[in-house]
Amino acid sequence: MAKNVHADQLGKSGELHVARFLEHHKCRIIERNWRIKNGEIDIIALSPEGIYLFIEVKSRSSEAFGHPLESISIGKVHRLQKLALAWLALHGKFGSEYRIDAAAVLLRRGVFEIDYREAVA
Amino acid sequence: MTLGATFGVSLFGLDGNLIHIEVDISDGLPTYSLLGLPDLALSESRDRIRSALLNSHERWPNKKVTVSLSPAWLPKSGSHFDLPIAVALLAAQGLIPSERLSQTVFFGELALDGRIRQARGVLPALLALRNSEIETAVIPFENFSETRLLKNLKIIPVKTIRDVLGWLRRNEIPEQPTVIDEEIKVDTKDFSEVLGQESAKYALEVAAVGSHHVLMIGPPGTGKTMLAERFPTIMPPLTEDESIQVSAIHSLSGDLQHRGISTRQPPFVAPHHTTSRAAMIGGGSHAIKPGACSLAHRGILFVDEAPECATGVLDALRQPLESGAVTISRAIGSATFPAQFVLALAANPCPCGRFAGRGRACQCTSVQVRRYLHRLSGPLLDRIDIRLQVLPPTRESLSSHARSESSAEMRARVIEARGRSEARLLPLGISRNSEIPASLLREKLRAERSAMVFLHGELEKENITARGFHKVLRVAWSIADLAAHEIPSLSDVQQAMTLREGLELMS
Repeated sequence: MAKNVHADQLGKSGELHVARFLEHHKCRIIERNWRIKNGEIDIIALSPEGIYLFIEVKSRSSEAFGHPLESISIGKVHRLQKLALAWLALHGKFGSEYRIDAAAVLLRRGVFEIDYREAVA
Repeated sequence: MTLGATFGVSLFGLDGNLIHIEVDISDGLPTYSLLGLPDLALSESRDRIRSALLNSHERWPNKKVTVSLSPAWLPKSGSHFDLPIAVALLAAQGLIPSERLSQTVFFGELALDGRIRQARGVLPALLALRNSEIETAVIPFENFSETRLLKNLKIIPVKTIRDVLGWLRRNEIPEQPTVIDEEIKVDTKDFSEVLGQESAKYALEVAAVGSHHVLMIGPPGTGKTMLAERFPTIMPPLTEDESIQVSAIHSLSGDLQHRGISTRQPPFVAPHHTTSRAAMIGGGSHAIKPGACSLAHRGILFVDEAPECATGVLDALRQPLESGAVTISRAIGSATFPAQFVLALAANPCPCGRFAGRGRACQCTSVQVRRYLHRLSGPLLDRIDIRLQVLPPTRESLSSHARSESSAEMRARVIEARGRSEARLLPLGISRNSEIPASLLREKLRAERSAMVFLHGELEKENITARGFHKVLRVAWSIADLAAHEIPSLSDVQQAMTLREGLELMS
């Protein structure tokens, strides 16, 4: 149980770091952990160019089990596509330009390293 | 740089094709897509390459990796693309200098620890590079010896991926294995060990001169197998080109190590009589492999207990016997292998094997005896020029202290006779007496007048058929070459007739 709490915290602080990273790049955070019954989107943001960004964050404390982004399967990517469209539809933004990004957060010697990938799907 | 490229070779049958391998690394989720019709073994390359690179302390890109093998329409198979893909992958990451990669071909399967495993088909693959701009080939260390026959190609034998990178980065040439000269392979088998059987030995000598197919009929224990095993020792050695061709075929089947890489001795292949048709002529669904008859190319295919073969196995040999090549077609394509061999069949005269001499001990019924050899089909027997009876050796020959003639002595005669027949036949576009077309036998290459009169007489008496008529003449030419006669004399032709005496057993 203790380990899961740790993983949970790691995930939370990972998302926080990515949010800060995005703000640093002049993106506006619209929503965090948007959840419906089909799944969850970690971060939804609006880029300075006016593109809606849907970001999946993966955090790991080591690379022992492979690169964090390797755990994003094709199925997960498809799910993210559907969720993104659902969010746009629910918020009356259907038809706007959007993009699905992924961010890997690696905790290495107490420092968070962010590996940000644009347009993964 | 996010693009890396180099070369590999794809093999289909004996035909190699140069494959341009490109690796592109772009941002995106870590994926690995392999384009260009890879087969299963090739699709599994990702995990082998990844582990091999990581265990060699190299970087694996956690990005979107696209590997393209072109020409894309050509189906590719085999694990030997691991090494070129790994090299292109490192080049795409900018971890190795890329100027050499466009003149180099890489060949080899990776082990997970970064070692490079021995591969099949290195020799035929490299033969495909003869007319390309490729100057260097990087191949597995264990396969180095088979490339000795190749000229105009720099070979870098490597044991691990570190060796490859050492060469690419720092121009360190890895140590080369010492190759033992096997050109003169000492054969332990020699005709001097066969006591008696002088007429059978003579018949094999004639067969070696003209590449005539042979059927030996005789009771068990008379030495049929012994004779056949020593047959290659009296054949003329292979020429360099033939040797490369034979080694290429054996490289594909992976038994080159047994054969000896640059040996000039004709191959001797003896499939068991239970062998399947696919094993005999070649086959396989995803990588077509040569069968026994192609492995015996330029050598001898010996089938012991021939009538025991499953129906159709021997008859499948009829096409290669006719055309000197086998074409095997499968869903993935068709491959052609050369198959010019001398067929040597051995058979017992009846199921119990004792129907010889007066046939006293034989327990078979007359019907059984008659049927037994008829299991060999007529069309197959038609292609066999020499049918000899191997009788039990006499008591004198077994106890005699006189040394039998050695293989070397016999071979010297065969080589001399082969020289004579080639001098005569090469201008006509053929090389062996057994290949002389019937039309030539009736005009340019007739026997002596008296001999022709004798043969026409036999034909009239229906002792021989028209086809038999030509076969006797071809064998007579080989006999004449051995005896240094200008053209076959009456006695040469009569001798050729007696080499078909085994036929009488069959009627």
